[in-house]
Amino acid sequence: MTCAPPNNPNTALQLDAHGRLRHFLTLDGLSRAHLIDILDRAEGFLGIARQAIKKVPLCRGKIIANLFFENSTRTRTTFELAAKRLSADVLNLNVNTSATAKGETLLDTLRNLEAMHVDMFVVRHADSGAAHFIARHTAAHVSVINAGDGRHSHPTQGMLDMFTIRQHKGDFTRLKVAIVGDVLHSRVARSQITALTTLGVEDVRIIAPRTLIPAHAEATFGVTVYHDLRAGVRDVDVVIMLRLQRERMDGGFIPSEQEYFRLFGLTEKRLATAKPDAIVMHPGPINRGVEMDSRVADGPRSVILEQVSNGLAVRMAIMSLCIGAHNFNMNQQDAADE
Amino acid sequence: MSKPAPPRLSIRHGRLIDPLHAVDTHADVHLADGRVVAIGAAPDGFQPERELDASGCLVVPGLIDLCARLREPGLERKATIRSETQAAAASGITSLCCPPDTDPVIDTPAVAQLIRQTAQRYGYARVLPAGSLTHGLAGTQLSEMAALKHAGCPVLSHADRPIRNTRVQRRALEYAATFGMTCFLHPCDADLSDGGLVHEGRVSTRLGLPGIPEAAETVAVARDLALAEQTGARIHFRGLSTARATAMLAEARARGVAVTADVSAHQLFLTENDVDHFAANAYVLPPLRTESDRQALRAAVARGEITAICSDHQPHEDDAKQAPFPRIQPGISALETLLPLTLQLVTDGVLSLNQAIAMLTCQPAAILNSKRGHLAINARADVCVIDPNKIWILNEHTMRSRGLNTPFLNQELRGQVQWTILNGRVVFEQSPVQYC
Amino acid sequence: MTNMTDAVNHSVWQDAAAVTAALATMASDLKQLCATRGINTPLMVGIHTGGVLVAERLHQALALAEPLGHLDISFYRDDFTRIGLHPQVRPSYLPVPIDDRAIILVDDVLQTGRTLRAALNVLFDYGRPASVLLAILVERDGRELPIEPNVVGIRARLATGEQIKLTGADPLVLTKLVAE
Repeated sequence: MTCAPPNNPNTALQLDAHGRLRHFLTLDGLSRAHLIDILDRAEGFLGIARQAIKKVPLCRGKIIANLFFENSTRTRTTFELAAKRLSADVLNLNVNTSATAKGETLLDTLRNLEAMHVDMFVVRHADSGAAHFIARHTAAHVSVINAGDGRHSHPTQGMLDMFTIRQHKGDFTRLKVAIVGDVLHSRVARSQITALTTLGVEDVRIIAPRTLIPAHAEATFGVTVYHDLRAGVRDVDVVIMLRLQRERMDGGFIPSEQEYFRLFGLTEKRLATAKPDAIVMHPGPINRGVEMDSRVADGPRSVILEQVSNGLAVRMAIMSLCIGAHNFNMNQQDAADE
Repeated sequence: MSKPAPPRLSIRHGRLIDPLHAVDTHADVHLADGRVVAIGAAPDGFQPERELDASGCLVVPGLIDLCARLREPGLERKATIRSETQAAAASGITSLCCPPDTDPVIDTPAVAQLIRQTAQRYGYARVLPAGSLTHGLAGTQLSEMAALKHAGCPVLSHADRPIRNTRVQRRALEYAATFGMTCFLHPCDADLSDGGLVHEGRVSTRLGLPGIPEAAETVAVARDLALAEQTGARIHFRGLSTARATAMLAEARARGVAVTADVSAHQLFLTENDVDHFAANAYVLPPLRTESDRQALRAAVARGEITAICSDHQPHEDDAKQAPFPRIQPGISALETLLPLTLQLVTDGVLSLNQAIAMLTCQPAAILNSKRGHLAINARADVCVIDPNKIWILNEHTMRSRGLNTPFLNQELRGQVQWTILNGRVVFEQSPVQYC
Repeated sequence: MTNMTDAVNHSVWQDAAAVTAALATMASDLKQLCATRGINTPLMVGIHTGGVLVAERLHQALALAEPLGHLDISFYRDDFTRIGLHPQVRPSYLPVPIDDRAIILVDDVLQTGRTLRAALNVLFDYGRPASVLLAILVERDGRELPIEPNVVGIRARLATGEQIKLTGADPLVLTKLVAE
């Protein structure tokens, strides 16, 4: 697969010479073929949940370290479970509470884990660019998967959302998708927008007050900005709600939860202008009564729990792709050395 | 202990460019006792102790850099006065102004004198410390400006830490005006820029990095222009980055406000796109902005609204850049690219050669209210001899600065200093062995 | 995603009639074997992709009541550490629980035995069958693991470099590929 856009530095960092995924840091720079390939492979992993023994031996003997510099039990659990279903050995490190507090630098932590022959880092960090930094500085035998970096990127979440959309809607090209909420601070939104546009969705809308829309969003992302929820969700096939962090509700970006819900909270009534078969998604955890009404969250159009189970298959696919590419390259290297 | 008198030197066969006096001619320059003694024919009976063959070279006044951090005192793990003045000499820079954000801050005569004397002891370049406008750069209490002036601070500054309180800013400008001291201001609204890392625009949006809006600069420029008019203080905007601010500058100058401005050389070459993909060495403050901002800055330089180009040199140790983007320290190690980048503006058709040299010599001298920056008879013998066509590569072998943090690393540069003369002494000589 | 860069010579090895005849033999052998072993309701499972083609025919011929199952062995291959993840992974599909069931596992070609080793592993991750019979369309030389079929359509001895490939679904033809 050599169809990645040229001159994108992400391409050189993420892909090897054969176009295989070495690291999975961002969707920016991956081609449509790459994304489709990931979705197709994830289909295969769905079946594992039906096995009596919910485990395949793909990554047997591999060590996967969950490096969480930012607490997130939910995300860490899905990565941990995905790794375990691939038969890998999993190390969980909450780094903010241990090493770095003692003055050890991030690079020191990495070097220590590399010396333990870790094969993959799954990284969650509060700083945008942290996964890129780690990928640039890690040893050649380690793959890095971004499990969320600052406001930048959360590519596995983006892919599992695409997987869920494809399950319900099939073809992407004719879809209208609305993303509602705090796009400014959302790594999830950035990954979703990149994935949707790469997969050929021409009508992507972001809906929020101006304080939560990043600068030049339309020109940067090729989306349409709406400030009115009802107009924004008209005729859409998919509504993606974003999480509004508590700390944004204190008056700095929006005046209050109440006003936000009044204007941008998703209710059944407001959803009425969307297509009758529109699905509603949310990366979780939901602030009920702020982002959406419980009747929508638990209603027939909600696919929120499917997102969770799909997340496992998608993460298994991505992890095994990276480890597989890595195995291949190490063998090539050995062959070249002989 | 007094040093022996500077030697008699003749710089022969070079092209002499002295923009202050509109001189551009092939003429020999003769130096003695630290001064220019003759241009063209040597004085009767002049016996040079050394002759420099400047064939094919430009002979220009020693360069003046309005902003270079030496990291001493306080941050010697990054660089020292010795290492950085040596790099300055190798870059043709004979005078440089260092901002007050050392540790301790340059807010007392003792620190100012320490810096000047340390530089004098090594003798590679003249260091002019900019005194802090407020005590400890805290932005609350005025510093002893008269004492700082007496201790050798030609100007005052607040480094790149804007004074948040407008009333303090007003009083600081007023008090500085009492002593006729120019204030170097880094125009940046403290609140609008708070937490920001890169230009608020496409790249900040795509990378999810907190942005610094254009308004952070324009709001500060508007405030400071109003205060300059109100107080009659002379202000100098250090490192403009936006098109809008250059327009406000031009408008204020046209109205006769006592304001000047400079630009950091990298702002004329790089844009926000160079930070894309978290390029640590392109992280600077003010941030790299858009292509249209870059073009506007070049136009303002071409029209003479911006009258100086400086390095904004900020050397760092490796660790300062070895972290996720939001945790790295800003700044470029830039002394050694100042001249080649400015000469590149000539190649790019932005400036004539004479204008380019003026941007690095007599014009920054005027901002500092200094008598240097020119090469008339009896002028101080600060001279830089440049081979304008020499192509070299900036890398860890060729760089003299302790900091290797530059986005121009491993790039080909045109224009190389052959000799630097400070007060009539050769302080740098390009070694005949060339690393490439 | 490995490229077949070597020049390959294709030729029909067994035509549709020969394959149909072999399948008929297999069906009758299986019927007899099941009778001997007292297996009344076997569960037939084909291995992706060729094995499923063979199993579809046998399933029809034996008129089995339970739907046909299929296995994808990509996640269990022993060459993952050398060549990475197989590009086309289809979900395995077992229509009913396999615990205590008699399984007839079907594949098109048996050579090294590695595919069957992987298939048995997949099967056992779904449950504990009572027994497994192995039905193979083409049994050739080159075994690397101790695996023997119970029912065989065609036995063959081939030169190194020669590969047998089943194409179908209709007609089913066996092609010989010779790497040059």
